[in-house]
Amino acid sequence: MSFFKQHLPVWLTAIIGVLTILSFFMPHPLIADPAETLQNWAIVIVASGYVLGAANVLKVNGEDVARRRTNWPYKIVLLASMIGMMIIGFFMSGGTHFLDAGTKFTWAYNNLYVPMQATMFALLAFFIASAAFRAFRIRTIDAGLLAIAALIVMIGRVPIGQWLTKDLPEPWQLPVWASWLLEWPQNAAKRGIAIGAGLGVMATGLRIILGIERNYMREDKS
Amino acid sequence: MSWGERLEKLDRRWIFLAVGFLVLIPLLFPFKLPIAVSGPARRYFEAVDKIPDGSTVVVSGDFDPASAPELMPMLTSSVRHLFRKNCKIIALQLWPGGPPLVDGVLHSLGDEMGKKYGVDYVNLGYKSGNEVVMLAFGTSFSRTFPNDYSGTPVKQLPLMQKNDNFETTKLLVNISAGYPGTKEWVQQAQGRFHITMVSGSTAVQAPELYPYLQSGQVLGLLGGMAGAAEYEKSTGVLGPATKGMDAQSSAHVFIMFLILLGNAIYFARRNAQGRA
Repeated sequence: MSFFKQHLPVWLTAIIGVLTILSFFMPHPLIADPAETLQNWAIVIVASGYVLGAANVLKVNGEDVARRRTNWPYKIVLLASMIGMMIIGFFMSGGTHFLDAGTKFTWAYNNLYVPMQATMFALLAFFIASAAFRAFRIRTIDAGLLAIAALIVMIGRVPIGQWLTKDLPEPWQLPVWASWLLEWPQNAAKRGIAIGAGLGVMATGLRIILGIERNYMREDKS
Repeated sequence: MSWGERLEKLDRRWIFLAVGFLVLIPLLFPFKLPIAVSGPARRYFEAVDKIPDGSTVVVSGDFDPASAPELMPMLTSSVRHLFRKNCKIIALQLWPGGPPLVDGVLHSLGDEMGKKYGVDYVNLGYKSGNEVVMLAFGTSFSRTFPNDYSGTPVKQLPLMQKNDNFETTKLLVNISAGYPGTKEWVQQAQGRFHITMVSGSTAVQAPELYPYLQSGQVLGLLGGMAGAAEYEKSTGVLGPATKGMDAQSSAHVFIMFLILLGNAIYFARRNAQGRA
């Protein structure tokens, strides 16, 4: 059993990992064709994950409703919406052409899904405004620098910043300051983070391919 | 209770109401503040404008309705710009919630500008798999998307018969709201398939893409509604992003005012407590 539980997964991971890395550098069919097949398998597996995800949503929320757990009425709305959209898509929208213009599914998408999702995101503006007043406190020098940078970028990236400083020499105009902050200090920090994260990803990838990191097997042998 | 304490305990619904008014009023009565085109937006316009007329371009619309107010104007302006240059568009989406939005833009502008589906543009629709789809798509368009958005086999579409990978395309336009999006296209596909690429992204995500802009992996960048408005100005067709900039200006000024007011109260109270 230990071969199927421990050795086979590690070898499969190593072979597939090496093949995927090699395919980046070697376009020869001997490498590229199996790598492409593996990519297609991955796409199928991810798509299957959606079915599992839907089943999980049904199970978890169904149980919460059945046991009258916290916020169960909202979960009824979630389940009814999910099942309703599936019924509309599968049975009431012309079969495989459910995405075509004029179908009931498209109507539900345009008139329910789009406005509701846009509304949820738009609420952010209101909460940011409230948080700006209540939570953004300049208690340290770092917070002060952050506040100054935030104020310059916020005003410099919108037309009013341009309008307010349009008569000043170019180096003193707010959009110039905002661009400088974005292109230099911010960029340097982002680049450092990206390089650090990239090195971390490479190290973790190598550890997985070499079988040192085995958390994915839920059994850490490192 | 002092005025500072009273302000600090202000019901947040007053703030919500003020934000609502400050967004609504400029939408109803625009100030028409002038819009200056920033460097990244100018480079985006130039990258699109520079490709030869009639080229094939891949447009990946990786967003959903939550980001539509920021990203739909970018997508609309980009598609219009490309159609004006008689470019052929192959569109795909990597976010499950967004395909009808992209399809709507392609068909409405296609009809408006006399473009024919299958010949001048194709919408391949959504495929799950994120980075894996990017890789597979770079290897073969038709094997990754055997059917288009409405289920037609892509082999039947003239545009797809001539284009099966990035070798025959001149540009990748990515309009992205997050993961998967521009960062993943750069990491997985841009260097590997030698793609020339431009990106339009949400304002929140744009700073993360500046390293790619500076390195030249992304030739141009539109950040948020401001970037979209700058691109609209560059193309000469003003649209919803330009209309939204006055509202954004007033909302930003109000948020700045709240930050300053909140801190003024904080320091005033701290000083008062220090003296007591």
